[in-house]
Amino acid sequence: MESQELPYVLVDSIGGRLGVYEDHLGFLKKRFHLITMKEYLENKTFLSKKIRAIYVWYHKPAINEELLQSLPNLKVVASAGVGIDHLDLKLLSSYGVKVSNTPFIVSTDTADMAMALLLASSRRLVEGHEMAVSPDTEYFPVDWLGAEVSGATLGILGMGKIGYKVAERAKAFEMKILYHNRNQRKKEEESAVGAVYCKKIDDLLQQSDFVILAVNLTPQTHKLIGKRELELMKPTATLINISRGLIVDQDALVEALQNKVIKAAALDVAYPEPLPRDHPLLKLKNVIITPHIGSATKKTRWAMMEEMAESIQAGLEGLPIPREVLP
Amino acid sequence: MFRSKASSLSKLIPSMFGQSHLAYKFIHPVIASHGHRCHRSVIYKQRYRTLQLRRRTISTRTKVMSEGELPAVLILDIGGTHGVLEDLAELLKKHFHLITMKEFLGNKEEMRKKIQSVFVFECRPTIDRELLESLPNLKIIANSGVGVDHLDLKMISSFGVKVTNTPHAVADPTADIGMALMLASARRLVEGCHIAVSPDTKHFAVDWLGVEVTRATLGIIGMGSIGYKVAQRARAFNMRILYHNRNRRRKEEEEAVGAHYCAKMEDLLQQSDFVMLVVNLTPETHKLIGKKELGLMKPTATLINISRGAVIDQDALVEALQNKVIRAAALDVTYPEPLPRDHPLLNLNNVIITPHIGTATVQAIRMMAEEAIANMLAVLNGQPIPSEVFPK
Repeated sequence: MESQELPYVLVDSIGGRLGVYEDHLGFLKKRFHLITMKEYLENKTFLSKKIRAIYVWYHKPAINEELLQSLPNLKVVASAGVGIDHLDLKLLSSYGVKVSNTPFIVSTDTADMAMALLLASSRRLVEGHEMAVSPDTEYFPVDWLGAEVSGATLGILGMGKIGYKVAERAKAFEMKILYHNRNQRKKEEESAVGAVYCKKIDDLLQQSDFVILAVNLTPQTHKLIGKRELELMKPTATLINISRGLIVDQDALVEALQNKVIKAAALDVAYPEPLPRDHPLLKLKNVIITPHIGSATKKTRWAMMEEMAESIQAGLEGLPIPREVLP
Repeated sequence: MFRSKASSLSKLIPSMFGQSHLAYKFIHPVIASHGHRCHRSVIYKQRYRTLQLRRRTISTRTKVMSEGELPAVLILDIGGTHGVLEDLAELLKKHFHLITMKEFLGNKEEMRKKIQSVFVFECRPTIDRELLESLPNLKIIANSGVGVDHLDLKMISSFGVKVTNTPHAVADPTADIGMALMLASARRLVEGCHIAVSPDTKHFAVDWLGVEVTRATLGIIGMGSIGYKVAQRARAFNMRILYHNRNRRRKEEEEAVGAHYCAKMEDLLQQSDFVMLVVNLTPETHKLIGKKELGLMKPTATLINISRGAVIDQDALVEALQNKVIRAAALDVTYPEPLPRDHPLLNLNNVIITPHIGTATVQAIRMMAEEAIANMLAVLNGQPIPSEVFPK
């Protein structure tokens, strides 16, 4: 049978709310023999030697040492999205396994999401919608106001691919753009978006009306925004997080929002996801939370799948892996 | 931050007193005349070109009333449900003596001859024939906001009264709300929020998807000041921009935002992923988008309305949304506002409605008042009027 010659690739599950998308199967099955975690566990002896790649779709399956030990022919792990904080790169490398992600394809959708959150928060869109549809609404009050986006100051923490695309978009709203990054960008890049470098994160925090977090999660950025940083921000400022929940000290954020140290927050990411249902962030009026949908569009998810397939194929053929992540 | 925007206006108004040599060096703003406002019943004349700051500086010479008495302006109320906001009232009081409707009705004989202007805030007070007949010295009705569909321009003109609006103050915040609605609808932001905070949520589904904004096609119907600013913003998202307008914009203007003209609205409807309505309400644009137009749109398309509710045939819209003729709608405006609480639009999960907040920012409300003040002072002092509105 033809499918027996295709490389065996482990996935967590297919279909349902968390699995590989049904409409991606046609594409994938032309290239790979997909084995679900369930199938693998039921037939370990035969399958463990066959599996040469793992297709990690939204952090599943989790890869631990036990799994690595039982897959002697594993060569490539392809991960969906740009973040790889859920993978132990050192461990994988020690088993000779290469890793790839999909960094570029997510950048426009995630930048769009940042702008969506910024605008929604500033103009109180979610609250406004609730008022517009509430059974109790008799008239729209004239003193119900939001804050202007056009002409405001945006501080971007982390000016990588995503951060830069945020800057490109914000410029069209005539926003004044400040940024902080490990390395300063080239002058032409700065001029193209009118971004001003802040060597010290404090300067950015003190001047910004909106602070967008666009860094990756590393030991250095863990709890990058804590009580001190929140207090440096303007009391009229809004914090927007499209990175990872752990970049923000969540308890400090709750306190800052409750005490009006900052005006509002808009979070596409939290820790954990979802938050426990009794978490204070869920109840604060000045918080918008979205369910980690930064790259959640049909087109982008399809493109991600294609890229992951490409990386797996290259890795299995011994070719340089596109979008390889080095430890 | 934007103090420069708001305060430049307020600084200039009092400072112009006595500086006669500066009067015409400050150039008067261009009324948006590029098509979308040129529907037959409302013609905005282009008056003077703006050379000054890009922040729409408006200036007039002010003359202090010779008797030391400020001109009287009628308003509905200060504060309360529908009255002028307290902050704005303070601004107005710098130049005018404010008379509330209650005070007027309580002392008509004395007040009626004094009132030279009415400041219309959030469509109130209502201007009817009876009111106009009772104000013999009325010279101007200054509207806060750009839409004047709530005013009978012909009737008002027949009394020799001028009408002004505030096209400059509204443009940025309204364009912003258009973008906010487009992004929120595309990425299912309101639904997403509900999921994120719902007590029933156990995990986030990975197959929960929205649609892309970057590189999608945006069709702008009505390319006046607001429509153009929407195009400027959308361009930064690499959107392909189509537009329909009664008159075509100049080539340089099109190229600056990468917009392609569609002489036929049908062409725009068929090609767009997002259709944004940015026209003013006139008899010609009433129910501009009906069953036929909705049927021409892609089934994956989203309709965004930041104009007036009556530009859309609402019943046809409900049907189209229920039958998935189009994907979704995002409306800052409806007819009426608010909608009746049992209206089907309130229950569709592919609809976002906001409570007419296109200019609901602290900064915009203030700028609209300042623009209205400049208009009133100009009329009362016999100066060129920054933004007069004429009937057909």
